[in-house]
Amino acid sequence: MARALVTGNNAAGHTLAVAGEANRVARGCCGGAYPITPQTEIIEFLRGFKFTKGEIVPVESEHSAMAVCIGASLAGARSFTASSSNGLTYMTENVFAAGFYRLPIVMIAVNRTVGPPWNIWVDQGDSLALRDAAWLQFYCESHQDLVDTILVAFRVAEDRRVMLPALVAEDGFILSHTTMVVDLPEQNLVDRYLPPCRVPHQLSFKHPETVGGLTWPRETEHHRREIQEAMEAVPAVMREALDEFEKIFGRRPHGAFTAEQTEDAEVVLVACNTMARTVRRVVEARRAKGEKVGLVKVKMFRPFLREEFAKAIGSAKRVGVLDRNHSPGSGGIFWNEIATSLRQRPDVLLQDYLVGLGGGDVLPRHVEEILDDLKARKQSEEPIWKEVAA
Amino acid sequence: MSARIDTPTNNSDFSAAKCEALTNQYVRSDGILRPGNTNCAGCGMSLGLQWLDQGLEGEKPTMVIPACCGIVTAGGFPTSAYGVPTVATTFASSPAVATGIAKVRGLNGETNPTVCWTGDGGTYDIGMATLSAAAERNENLIYICYDNEIYGNTGGQRSSATPLGVKTTTTVQGKAERKKDVMAIMAAHRIPYCATLSLAHREDFLRKIKKARQTRGFRFLLILSPCPTGWKSEPTDSVELVRAAVGCGLFPLYEVFDGVRYRINARPDGTPLDRYLAGQKRYKSESIDVGLIHSQIREQWACLEALERSFPARKED
Repeated sequence: MARALVTGNNAAGHTLAVAGEANRVARGCCGGAYPITPQTEIIEFLRGFKFTKGEIVPVESEHSAMAVCIGASLAGARSFTASSSNGLTYMTENVFAAGFYRLPIVMIAVNRTVGPPWNIWVDQGDSLALRDAAWLQFYCESHQDLVDTILVAFRVAEDRRVMLPALVAEDGFILSHTTMVVDLPEQNLVDRYLPPCRVPHQLSFKHPETVGGLTWPRETEHHRREIQEAMEAVPAVMREALDEFEKIFGRRPHGAFTAEQTEDAEVVLVACNTMARTVRRVVEARRAKGEKVGLVKVKMFRPFLREEFAKAIGSAKRVGVLDRNHSPGSGGIFWNEIATSLRQRPDVLLQDYLVGLGGGDVLPRHVEEILDDLKARKQSEEPIWKEVAA
Repeated sequence: MSARIDTPTNNSDFSAAKCEALTNQYVRSDGILRPGNTNCAGCGMSLGLQWLDQGLEGEKPTMVIPACCGIVTAGGFPTSAYGVPTVATTFASSPAVATGIAKVRGLNGETNPTVCWTGDGGTYDIGMATLSAAAERNENLIYICYDNEIYGNTGGQRSSATPLGVKTTTTVQGKAERKKDVMAIMAAHRIPYCATLSLAHREDFLRKIKKARQTRGFRFLLILSPCPTGWKSEPTDSVELVRAAVGCGLFPLYEVFDGVRYRINARPDGTPLDRYLAGQKRYKSESIDVGLIHSQIREQWACLEALERSFPARKED
C-alpha cells in the first residue's frame, strides 16, 4: 500500500485514474473533462495520466463532459468525470440522461455553493439538487473515505444488478484542498478489485438497438420501476463490495450509515461529510462527561435506506439534523428524508438545523450550541437557521 | 430502453413462422433506415438516410441523433426503424456523445464510422457550441445536418436556419433576419472536409459521402431537406424543389477542404427562383422580397466564386 500525503483532489484523481486503467483489459476508459473550482485539480490529474487504453477529452462545457461519458459508456468503456456547483447545474440534463440510460459512470462532485452570488466555498446544495436523477450518491468525510468510496462506487455502479451511475461527494476546500496521509490504492490491487466493465446494453452491430428512443407511459412506468428495483438491490451489492474491499485492501469502508454511540443514546445528531468529524469530536467530549449522545453519519444518500436509518438512531428520543444545504420553501434536504424515515416514530423529536451554508466554518462550539438547543427544547419547530459565519 | 425486434403485439394471428419471416424481412435488413419508419411523406430525411447508407457501401455506422424528427423516425419502443446501433441523445449533445463513442471505437481498433444525424435546430442553434468544440478538436466524426430550415418536430417554429421573410409559427409576419451561413462557420474551424449535398443530385451526393468516409477527422455535411409539413409544399415535389434550389443558385453545391480550399460542384443553370418559391406556402408572405433574395443569391455567388478562384481545391482533394 502506497502511503502518501496528498490533497483530496489528488487522491480522487489518482483513484479515478487507476480505476480507469484497470479496464485496459476490456474496452478501456474515457471521459470528458471541464474545469471548475474547486474540482479542477481532479481533471488536471486525469489529463496528465498516461493511460494504456484510455483518453480524457477536454471539452467545452460540463454538459458535454457528461455527454462524452455517456457516449464512452455506451461504447463499453469505464467512464468518469468531476464537477462542482454551477458546473453540476449546467450538466444537469445529461446527468439525468446518464441515469435514465442506466450507465455506470462515476462522477466526483466537489461540493460548492451554487451561484449567483458567486461563492466558491462548500455547500451540499449542488449535488443534492441531483438527488432525483437516478444516481447513487455517496458523501465522504475524509481523504481515505473518498478514495475507498470511489472504488466501491465503481464496483456497485457496474454491478449488473444495479447498473446505475454514482456520484461521490467531497467538501470543497475543506477536503479538496487540504492534505492528509492516505493509503493510495495500487494498480495491482485495483485490478483485482474491479472486474472488467461490462455494459449489457453496449452499442452492438450484431444486435442493433436504438438506445433512449421514444416510449409510451407503459414502458416509462416499467423503466422507472426497474430503476427503483436497481436502487433496492444496492444494499446487498454494497455489502458484497465492502466485503471484497476488506479482503483485498485490508480495511473496511463505512456503509450507508455509521451509528456511533447510539445504543443507549437519548440524543442523536445526524451529519455528513467533514461536518460529521466535527460532530464526532463533540459527541466524544460529551460522552466523557457522561451525556448519552450519539452520531449517525450519512454516507449514502441515494438510495436512502429509510428502515436502516430508523434502526441507526436506536432508542433516541431527540434527533437533530445538520443540513449544509437549503431547499427554498422547505428546509434541509437531509431532514426531509429523515422525517420520512421516522414517520413510524412519533415519539421522536426531530429538529433541523441549517448550518454552514455557503461554507461557513462549523466549529465544535456551534455543534455544542445545537446539542444544547436540542436537549432543552419542548417541541420541534421549522428548520432553524444556525448562522456560524458572523 | 432499447429495441431489437419489430414485435407484432396484441395480434394472435402471427404464427411463429410468420414472425420469423417478418423478422427476416424487417429486422435483419442491413439498411440504416428500415421500412416502417414514421417519416412524413416527402421528408428529405427518408431519401437522405437511404443515400447515406448507399454511400457508406456496406460500412455500418453508429448513428447519434439528438432530439429532432430523426429520432421520431425510429418509432416507439420496443421497435426501431434504424437497422444500425443508434443513440437518442439530449438536444445539444450529439457531437459530444459521438466523441465518446468514436474515442472508444478508436481505442479498440474499430473503424466503423460514427455519424451524427441532426436537424438545423440541433446544429445552427442549441447544439452550436458542442458542434464547434467537437470540430475544433477535430474529432473523428461524420456530422450531417438535414436542414429543413425550421423546428419541424415541434410543429414549425423559426430557427436560425430559417430564411429571411419566411413565415413560421413564431414568425407569423415573416422572419426578420437572414439565414445563418453555417458552412462558413464550419469551414472557419479548418476541419478536413465540409460539403453541401443535394437530394436531387444522387451521384454528387454519393461521391461526397464516399469522400467523407475516406477522410479522417471532423467532416461536416449539409443537406437541404424538404419538410412538406413545415414548408407547406406537396410531398411529391420535394426532390424537384431541391433541384430548383440548386438550379436557381439559392443552395450552392460546393466542398471546402481543410477550411481553405474550395470547389464548386454545380453553378446556377438559369432555373427561375420562382420555381423554388412558388411550390411552398411558407414563402407566400408580404414579407418576401424577391428582389432582395435575387441580390443575396448574386452576393453569395460572388463570394463563392472569389473563394474558389483564390483558394482552389487541389486535384487530389
